[in-house]
Amino acid sequence: MATGLLGIENFPRPDIEQLLERARNFQPKESGSYPRLTSCAGKMIVNLFFENSTRTRSSFEIAARRLGAEMLSITASGSSVTKGESLVDTLNTLVAMRPQAIVMRHGASGAPHFLARHLTTPIVNAGDGTHEHPTQALLDARTILDNKGALEGLRVAIIGDIAHSRVARSNIFLLSKFGVDIVLCGPPSLVPRELARIAPGVRLEHDIRKAILGADVIMMLRVQLERIHEPTMDASEYFQFYGLRLEHLSLAKPDVIVLHPGPINRGREISSEVADSQRSMILNQVENGIAVRMAVLERVLLQ
Amino acid sequence: MRLVIRNGRVICPSSGFDNVADVLIEDGVIAAVGQNLSISGAETLDATGLVVAPGFIDIHVHLREPGFEHAETIESGSRAAAAGGFTTICCMPNTMPVNDSATVTSYIIERARRHAIVNVFPIGAITKGSKGEELAAISSMAAAGAVAISDDGRPVMNSRVMRRAMETASEVEIPVIDHCEDLHLSGDGDMHEGLDSVRLGLSGIPSAAEDVMVARDILLAELTGARYHVAHISTRHAVSMVAFAKQRGLPVTAEATPHHIALHTGLMPAYDSNYKMKPPLRSDLDLDAVVNGLVNGAIDCIATDHAPHAGDDKMQEFEKCPFGIIGLETALGTALEVLVHTGKLSLTRLIALFTSEPARVIGWKGEQARGALRLGFVGDATLLDPQRAWVYDVNKSLSKSKNSPFHQHTFQGGPVATIVGGQVVWRRDGF
Repeated sequence: MATGLLGIENFPRPDIEQLLERARNFQPKESGSYPRLTSCAGKMIVNLFFENSTRTRSSFEIAARRLGAEMLSITASGSSVTKGESLVDTLNTLVAMRPQAIVMRHGASGAPHFLARHLTTPIVNAGDGTHEHPTQALLDARTILDNKGALEGLRVAIIGDIAHSRVARSNIFLLSKFGVDIVLCGPPSLVPRELARIAPGVRLEHDIRKAILGADVIMMLRVQLERIHEPTMDASEYFQFYGLRLEHLSLAKPDVIVLHPGPINRGREISSEVADSQRSMILNQVENGIAVRMAVLERVLLQ
Repeated sequence: MRLVIRNGRVICPSSGFDNVADVLIEDGVIAAVGQNLSISGAETLDATGLVVAPGFIDIHVHLREPGFEHAETIESGSRAAAAGGFTTICCMPNTMPVNDSATVTSYIIERARRHAIVNVFPIGAITKGSKGEELAAISSMAAAGAVAISDDGRPVMNSRVMRRAMETASEVEIPVIDHCEDLHLSGDGDMHEGLDSVRLGLSGIPSAAEDVMVARDILLAELTGARYHVAHISTRHAVSMVAFAKQRGLPVTAEATPHHIALHTGLMPAYDSNYKMKPPLRSDLDLDAVVNGLVNGAIDCIATDHAPHAGDDKMQEFEKCPFGIIGLETALGTALEVLVHTGKLSLTRLIALFTSEPARVIGWKGEQARGALRLGFVGDATLLDPQRAWVYDVNKSLSKSKNSPFHQHTFQGGPVATIVGGQVVWRRDGF
């Protein structure tokens, strides 16, 4: 079966290291220019988004373009899915156009895994439900490496709606493979106890101040209201107990960096002062997103 | 019409009979059991080397007719049942329309009389449309032939409604079977809540969703005097509570499915909808508790919860797929593997779990008495080979649906022939 990238959980550490190293070549130069390649010329990628997305979709598009590959972007609202076609039928139709890879975002956990059992075209998971978002974890790791040099021995606090976060899962799986000390923090209903056993090196903390104590990296997550169908904390209480504010940063390491996968909700999970501070790497993440996606697409297309 | 089954090892758990013997079925009833019966003019079935058991009974199947005939019909479901060694099946009322009236009950019985190759007994709904609000026509359905009531799949959340249903069922002497699930707790859950659901990013169904309903129902059974039966028990606490109710002398019974004793979440391939059912596959600890419940008598019988879904319905994103798997053809093989070949249960006790015990749960009497090879009981028998290896190919299933986690599994032992009312309705290829 063709090798795509479905998730980080079962993706070996050496492969991760290879991708992260390769991505360095695709980062913008000092001059601000960025590399353009032709290695993937003549290759076609279908970029299939069943959920709304701005940054991930455009990031993949730019990555494909810089590799010289063609990319056909399809969003669910404009596709036959809204006409009642099943996911398998939609994919079979696209596969008949013979793309070399499919990049896919879907609202259902496991949707790309399910399809991978029935299709031979490699699938790159661009986020499946509340499961994984592997390229986000790679770009976060690239961003951490740019600032810290190595992952081993770091302490990373991930704060917010872990239960519904595919970003958190992929990051936990990745960081755990590198022996990172991972602290998860959020309201009990959004941080199920089982998370403590999801990977080695993970512990739970319900007090944000304890969670970020001595942290090298703080990853903030958005509360995914669209996935929560039950009563939860109101916004002001959430910000009071789990929002990251400037005064918190002094508890972390002096050179702490703050990451957020976006879109950010200012005043809900992160204060504007933090989001716009020197510690915030939010825009670097976006830049690295293109670089790691180039590395991923190149690997899939040229395997 | 006479059929004599010769020279098999006849095991009748209810009478304690276990010997190489002949069984004579005459005019649809068991007419004689003994060694070297001298009978002339009867059709003969040579059961040398095989076990002859009372006809197997499955008190929990979904036949999908009326309303969902693309997934299963009374005829196809009955054929799958026969291929699993079952001679009697009880079908749940979640059809379209729901079996909540004597009219639908009679329709099913009539369709079964014409098209089914095994005995089919309908289970009526507890509430109208299984909506949990108003009581269904329980007394009329019982008079028309419904052998129990249940809102399987859509449990009655209103405890007061459940109480009234139990009072009525008690009056007409049929058991109340509950699919125990607090719908608020299970929510939009797709699998057992635990490490695996968190890891896979799927919403969980906590064990407590089952536990709180079992607790409630046991209390209501005590209040009303109803015979109460827990469908497809799956959690360790539920098993403990049923054992506790039995200790207190309450008429509380329970069934376990083959899949809940063979599989737990840890054995589920990621996002494989053939492992998606309600209640969900639980943890290995729960599995052990259910197996132990069958061993120590807390759980009374095995029932399949055979739940056919057409291929298209299962070929979707995991969270969109309907709950349920088929199970009639693999039930005996699974039970032998988990319970008998491991030395946990004797073959005789296992047969009881498929025959005399489910018969006791429902309470068939008089001409309908079944589940034993006793004189005058219905002339149903199941021939089985407890050792012979075979591979299950779901694509050859007699069910119209193919949703099984046991495809390509090698079983040790299974049914060889199925006899209903003295007629061989199914036999294994080559027998």
